[in-house]
Amino acid sequence: MSGWRHPTLGQIDRDRHLRFTFDGEGHTGYAGDTLASALLASGTRVLGRSFKYHRPRGLWGLGGEEPNALFDVGHGGISTPNCRATLTPLRDGMDLRAVNTRKAARDPLGLLDLAQRFLPAGFYYKTFMAGGWMRWEPMIRRMAGLGRLDPSNRPSGDMPQRNARCDLLVIGAGPAGLAAARAAAGHGATVWLLDEAGAPGGTLRWRGGEIEGGPWQDFVADTVQKVEAAGGRVLTDTTLWGAFDHGLFAAWQRGARDFHWRIRAAKVVLAAGAIERPLWFANNDLPGVMSAEAALHHLVLYGAVAGRRIVLATGNDGSYPVAAALAEAGCHVTLLDAREDTPAAPEGVEVRRGVAIDAARGTRSLGAVRAGGQHIDADTALVSGGYTPSVHLHCQTGGKLDWDVDRDALIPRPGTSPLIPAGAANGTFGLNAALAEGHAAGGGMGSAPNAAGATWALAPMRPDPKGRGRVWIDPQNDVTLKDVKLAAQEGYRSVEHLKRYTTLGMATDQGRSSNFAGLAAMAALTGRTIPETGTTTYRPPFTPIPLTALGGMRRGALFNPLKRLALEPQHAALGATFGEYGGWRRPAKYSDTQAEAKGARETFGLYDASPLGKIEVIGPGAAELLDFCGYVAMSTLKPGRARYGFMLGENGVVADDGVTLRLDDNRFILSASSSHVDHVRLILEEARQDRFDPSRVFVHDVTAQWVTLSVSGPQARTALETAGMPDDVTALRHMQVVETRWTQVPLRAARVSFTGDACWELSVPARHAPGLMTVLEGAREALGGHWIGLEALMILRAEKGYILIGKDTDGITMPQDLGWGRPRERRQDEYFGRRALFTPEAMREDRRQLVGLDCDGAPLPTGAHLVPLDGPARSLGFVTSSYHSPTLNRSVALALVDAGLDRMGDTLGVFHLGQHRTARICAPCAFDPEGTRLAD
Amino acid sequence: MQIFPCPFCGPRDETEFHFAAEAGKHRPEPAPEVTDTAWSDYLYGADAPKGRAREVWVHLTCGEFLLLTRDTVTREVLDAAALPGRGEAAT
Ligand SMILES: [Zn+2]
Repeated sequence: MSGWRHPTLGQIDRDRHLRFTFDGEGHTGYAGDTLASALLASGTRVLGRSFKYHRPRGLWGLGGEEPNALFDVGHGGISTPNCRATLTPLRDGMDLRAVNTRKAARDPLGLLDLAQRFLPAGFYYKTFMAGGWMRWEPMIRRMAGLGRLDPSNRPSGDMPQRNARCDLLVIGAGPAGLAAARAAAGHGATVWLLDEAGAPGGTLRWRGGEIEGGPWQDFVADTVQKVEAAGGRVLTDTTLWGAFDHGLFAAWQRGARDFHWRIRAAKVVLAAGAIERPLWFANNDLPGVMSAEAALHHLVLYGAVAGRRIVLATGNDGSYPVAAALAEAGCHVTLLDAREDTPAAPEGVEVRRGVAIDAARGTRSLGAVRAGGQHIDADTALVSGGYTPSVHLHCQTGGKLDWDVDRDALIPRPGTSPLIPAGAANGTFGLNAALAEGHAAGGGMGSAPNAAGATWALAPMRPDPKGRGRVWIDPQNDVTLKDVKLAAQEGYRSVEHLKRYTTLGMATDQGRSSNFAGLAAMAALTGRTIPETGTTTYRPPFTPIPLTALGGMRRGALFNPLKRLALEPQHAALGATFGEYGGWRRPAKYSDTQAEAKGARETFGLYDASPLGKIEVIGPGAAELLDFCGYVAMSTLKPGRARYGFMLGENGVVADDGVTLRLDDNRFILSASSSHVDHVRLILEEARQDRFDPSRVFVHDVTAQWVTLSVSGPQARTALETAGMPDDVTALRHMQVVETRWTQVPLRAARVSFTGDACWELSVPARHAPGLMTVLEGAREALGGHWIGLEALMILRAEKGYILIGKDTDGITMPQDLGWGRPRERRQDEYFGRRALFTPEAMREDRRQLVGLDCDGAPLPTGAHLVPLDGPARSLGFVTSSYHSPTLNRSVALALVDAGLDRMGDTLGVFHLGQHRTARICAPCAFDPEGTRLAD
Repeated sequence: MQIFPCPFCGPRDETEFHFAAEAGKHRPEPAPEVTDTAWSDYLYGADAPKGRAREVWVHLTCGEFLLLTRDTVTREVLDAAALPGRGEAAT
């Protein structure tokens, strides 16, 4: 117990008490607290356990860099895992649980720490690959891992994704960002100013300062007012987490409702600030060792004081105001400065010069430090090893870094990224310098906003490779200086290898407070400079982002929205159950599939064929285009007639099949398969634009504009007469088409069949579909026909051996494999895919070919393999479609089989999931092979 | 997310586009005079240049095929034009 609540400091609402529990123990905080500040003030030290050794861990930081304080937060009956305590506002009734442990304060797995010498970097890789990782994985998973998923936590998938454009995007609303935004808004630019924290101001909020002779709050308020007056926006609680191609930036805004923003800006200023580095001494991971900057942050904003007896170790001037504020708050402060040349001691602070901490002491929490050979009692050690500029977004856009000796930091190399860095993100520390740089970055003319105070002086602080004891580099992933040494010894000297070998920087804080030390240690160990050692690649996201932000509304029914039939309500009223077929929601069945299929053969069947593609090809160049794009020539087709054909890829593989209707000399309709319409349209468009004169032919997909109802069966013609269809419709013969009118409605009727029975496809503009359905339904009732769903239609077409491209064909099926070799032999003109049909592979006689299968008993499983009856087992092909035929009262099936045509009449084995059966190869068509039923 | 300029629609998100082919390839024909090697080169031989590249893309929403000149390293779009076609307008 050492943190405490100051009686007056902070911006919390002391009239509103918020109760919460941590690992089951009750605490009280105030409105305005974060989880981190409330726990700090409560005196709770151990907030979690480290990933590998289960060492006790306490609060380190103030924002997204926090490596230790991650909680599963229960509130309102659900639990959200891995919330960063520094960024999560406290609410009444919250139930916090430390991650990676049952209870942070007492963790039996802490014994692992005693075995640490046996658990060096690479231990898991080296040990558990022996005997198979799978054997060890369940045990290790129980010991490792962060938060627990709550299955009842199903966040609503309704986070809106919004797009924005602006003249200037400013990332970070600290001094530099504010100055940039203010300068640009002053010129009338639309500025978006974003900050991860709950209020603008950045370090001003806890470091304070006077700008332009007045309090910093006035400067912030005035800047916000200027930005908004110029049409811009200031978004707080908003993390800009990724930079993407062509100036796209993604941001997650938290609030009563979260938003995900996609922002494109003409110009971007990166003013993301810097993150304090730790110091490296033995046991520097003990709870009670904390960032000096964070201690000031928690003191000023929340009145949460880190301790009572404080040692502050530093090498830079930025820590002096921290020491002064803590002393003024009533703490006993000893300041250890590694430098001899330091600023004057703040009032009430003892400064020891040329001294650094050698080791921290304590078991679960800090009790003392050893520094310069002396023992100093302390409950808290604040440390500052300097500052690392937040250059992540600069690097995400491809920017390079330069080592700057004076600033002791890797800073953005000018001209390597479209982002303009300013302030601490550019290594420019100190209020006045940051304001000046921000002002210039925002295009400001004249003098920059002026503040009191000098720039900071600092001495480089580094991990000492000869340091003794266990020195932590990455507290979240438990990487110590020893692990870095081991990596160097074993040859993992590149930072990318170091990272992967030791997991340095790979935890959820992404090594924001640790990467620099790892890099510096590796440089020292290998006798190289920091630039020679290099940095790892920065990738989005900058901070963990909830998947709900990325997914937005694209979930459930909106994930891949189905196309809907115009007549869906009417089908539903008839009792249809629906299924997905090629991206369309279509009736699967109305009553019983077998009864529907049988009834359609006996009287007639009605089905909705609207998803069938209707691609109009119009113009004097239409026939020429279709001839080139299709495998079967269409220029010889007479107007009023229909012809079946294929479309191939240039590799000769069948891409689609369907019937082409010729309405007149210059007008065709191509009936692409319902799931291939878009692809077929693009094949036509590409040839039209690349090969032909695009002004002589147009390709127009009107699938959605027309509704098609099919009437199929021996009584189809009677049904049409009963429904009042005109004579030129009822008189049609197989493969004829007519455009006419039904009452006043344009009607296109085509005699094409996917069932093997006489079949009329009736197409009307979609708005007239209900009327057409009503008269057909009347005829069905009068005559005893059947609505048939897609499942029954699949039986009918399989009985006839009619194929579905993509189901009865695969990625190597060519037309000759389907019994359509004649155009290949006959055609002398050039067409799409032609040359590929004559390769040695295409010319083989034993290609995998379409056949039918005859078998006893239940239908064969689709996908079952055909195998030789004797000899070594190998797959000769597979079943592509298989159904029970109610009309034939037996199973029917289609298959692709190697040299299938040579095997007619042969019996093969059928193997599926350990089961063996046999089947006889036969012709694909099992029903009415002479086609007499079509001739009606 | 890149932005590609469709000659017909104007600037649009890359998700609306699809790569079609490397530009400048000539379809070898007539088929009987084309060797297997020449055909497979045409189908599968891609230069995939690093840096400046000329490619045919299609804007899926409007159906326009376009000639895109871009830098595959910097992702900069240098030029976008409609296909020259074989029509009278092109000659
Ligand atoms: Zn377009």
